[in-house]
Amino acid sequence: MMERRIEGKNLGAQALVAIGRVAVSLFVPIVAFVILWAGFVFLRDSNASQGIIALVAIIWGVGGVAMLFWVADWVVNRLPVMAAKKLQPFVFVGPALVILAWYLFLPTMRSLYLSFFDAQSKTFVGLANYVFAFTDSKMLESFVNNLLWIILGTGGAVGFGLVIALLADRSRFEKVFKSLIFMPMAISFVGAGVIWRFVYAYKPAGEDQIGLLNALVSLFGKDPQAWFTLRPWNNIFLIVILIWLQTGYAMVIISAALKGVPDSIIEAGRIDGAGEMRIIRSIIVPYIFSTLVTVSTTIIIISLKIFDIVFTMTNGNYGTEVIASMQYKQMFRFYHYGRGSAIAIVLVIAVIPVMWYNLRQFGKREGF
Amino acid sequence: MRKLILVALIILLILPAAFAAGQKGTAEASAKTVTVFGAFVDEEARRFEEAIKPFEERTGIDVIYEGSKDFETLISVRVEGGNPPDIAGLPQPGLMVNFASQGKLVPMWSSLIATIDKNYAPVWKSLGSYDGTPYGVFHRVNAKSFVWYPKKAWATAGYQVPTTWNELTALMDKMVANGHTPWAVGIESGGATGWVGTDWIEDIMLRTAGPDVYDKWVSNEIPFNAPEVKQAFDVLGKIWLNPKYVYGGTNTILTTSFGDAQRPMFDNPPKAWMHRQGNFITGFFPENIQANLTDEVGVFPLPAINDEFGIPVLGGGDQFVVFNDRPEVRQFMEFLATWESGESWAKAGGALFPYLNQDLDAYPNEIERSLAEALVNAKVFRFDASDLMPAQVGAGSFWTGIVDWVTGKPLDTMLNEVQRSWPK
Repeated sequence: MMERRIEGKNLGAQALVAIGRVAVSLFVPIVAFVILWAGFVFLRDSNASQGIIALVAIIWGVGGVAMLFWVADWVVNRLPVMAAKKLQPFVFVGPALVILAWYLFLPTMRSLYLSFFDAQSKTFVGLANYVFAFTDSKMLESFVNNLLWIILGTGGAVGFGLVIALLADRSRFEKVFKSLIFMPMAISFVGAGVIWRFVYAYKPAGEDQIGLLNALVSLFGKDPQAWFTLRPWNNIFLIVILIWLQTGYAMVIISAALKGVPDSIIEAGRIDGAGEMRIIRSIIVPYIFSTLVTVSTTIIIISLKIFDIVFTMTNGNYGTEVIASMQYKQMFRFYHYGRGSAIAIVLVIAVIPVMWYNLRQFGKREGF
Repeated sequence: MRKLILVALIILLILPAAFAAGQKGTAEASAKTVTVFGAFVDEEARRFEEAIKPFEERTGIDVIYEGSKDFETLISVRVEGGNPPDIAGLPQPGLMVNFASQGKLVPMWSSLIATIDKNYAPVWKSLGSYDGTPYGVFHRVNAKSFVWYPKKAWATAGYQVPTTWNELTALMDKMVANGHTPWAVGIESGGATGWVGTDWIEDIMLRTAGPDVYDKWVSNEIPFNAPEVKQAFDVLGKIWLNPKYVYGGTNTILTTSFGDAQRPMFDNPPKAWMHRQGNFITGFFPENIQANLTDEVGVFPLPAINDEFGIPVLGGGDQFVVFNDRPEVRQFMEFLATWESGESWAKAGGALFPYLNQDLDAYPNEIERSLAEALVNAKVFRFDASDLMPAQVGAGSFWTGIVDWVTGKPLDTMLNEVQRSWPK
């Protein structure tokens, strides 16, 4: 592609060629942009049948990405070699960076900005929203509850995941057990909430109990309980749902790590006279420690931003409020953008150390 | 080969552009459309679409209604995002005030205001106004101050409809003496749990303190922990917190959904004998009861407590506001302000309308007719206070306050907390 002429003869012709090349280099991206824009306009304004729109969206989305890459790559390749080499990586990483910046970084910065303003984002109020976030009684309740979610939810899911993975590893029916335990992973948090409402449903004594738990309680001749109103146990009833959902995830990852523990080390341990518990404690757990950390941090983050379960089950009543549901209420029910943003920022700050630790672990292991 | 793929790709990408060009043309040629976004869904949405058919047939304008249970969240997101519907049916006047103060709404024009003056009682116009300018037209409304009872069982037991609060309490004691449980109450409503309680408190406030104090309470001119409010809670507490008076006691109040709460009335024998709820509750009655509504169910207005204030009616309604000013949008708004837009829905049942010139015979049964009559003739009508208060209170601390109070939090603590949550 590159043509070099050392002689300075046909300067005029060279200039023309250069201008032509630049023009072509500009023309192609412009055409690409026009095509993409037309597709966007069609998707936005069309009232064609759903099928056609879906088809166009797929072609436009997938084809558009392919075209963007191709055009960008083509333009870069037309540049001098040195420049092309420098720019090439950005053709591939660039879009991801742009999307990250646009959808994550900028909104976070905007939330940070809004968190210093009042409900309508008009008047600067300093740290008032943060004072609210750390002094309001419901917020304090949320912090305690989120801590409970982190400790019990993560502990429960990882603990059960580890135990089940260890047991399944030694069972002939490993695949069946693991599939069963893993199944709730396919259920959304809201869906799980709806399912578990039927487990915890309450009817006054003397009526047919449609709730599983109360049906069992009645079977043993005890009075049915309104589980959601029983403080502080109601938090634990909610956390059980998270454990039910996440144990499968923990189990699958831990189970994969278990397969990587070399038999020779375990054999050596056995020969040295170690019991099964000792082998688990001193060989297996240290060996899969980094996996345990990764799984734990993932579930800690899920517990920190837990929202759906609480929102669908108790709506934060009866002392079960959590931070994310407070944020949602401030933002979308009370239209207090300042407080909503401040709580969001608090949540982001709470997640950062966990993320940082997690990334450091990633770095150490050089890959997942 | 590679070239071929590229050419194919480019053709595929250009294709939609051709579509887009074609699309523009057809959109211009087809009928005018008006988009309406509202909070009612399913059967109610179907009845609304049925009710506006006469308009569509007469004008050829296509009205596209879209309803969502998350309306209150979505409408704000859509307005913020610069993509509002042409018209929205706002269930809470506070939302209207919010949008109007941000200058997002189109104020009502003079010909429509004249229609509103002619067809509605003044209270509806003022409820639809912000800063003296009308922005909203009320369509379907509801009235809440009614007590429902199983008619046949009452006749067998020899119970009489109470006309004063003393008669009501006497009746409750008589029921307890007979081994009956007077009330069926349930306040569970997902993210809105507690609103049933706020309705009770509002009804009692109107009856014990009167409409003037009620208005001051709504605007926080008297604080939420004022003695008048406390008194209303005391009146309610005498009923709700007495396990003899409410079926299943406080646990059942908290965990029963508002729609299912009436069910014990229709057991045989009834497990509860009265249920206070708005006119919409008939739609939740068991099917065999709905089929025979006038024979099976009786209804009376919640009696007066203080004779001075009589029997006020508490209610609410969806008001339609305009985001995009176009001739066809205006035409549809003018239609919504007339009885014609409600007639078929009234006939189908489950809805009341505020139009002064409405034909009460349109309502399908005696019960709905009497409710509509009570609504149109009420001397004092007040909008649901929790819908008028700032969302922080009306859709927040008031709801949760009710829940906390029923769970056992001391009344004073709860009222102080609600007052503290009132935005300055």
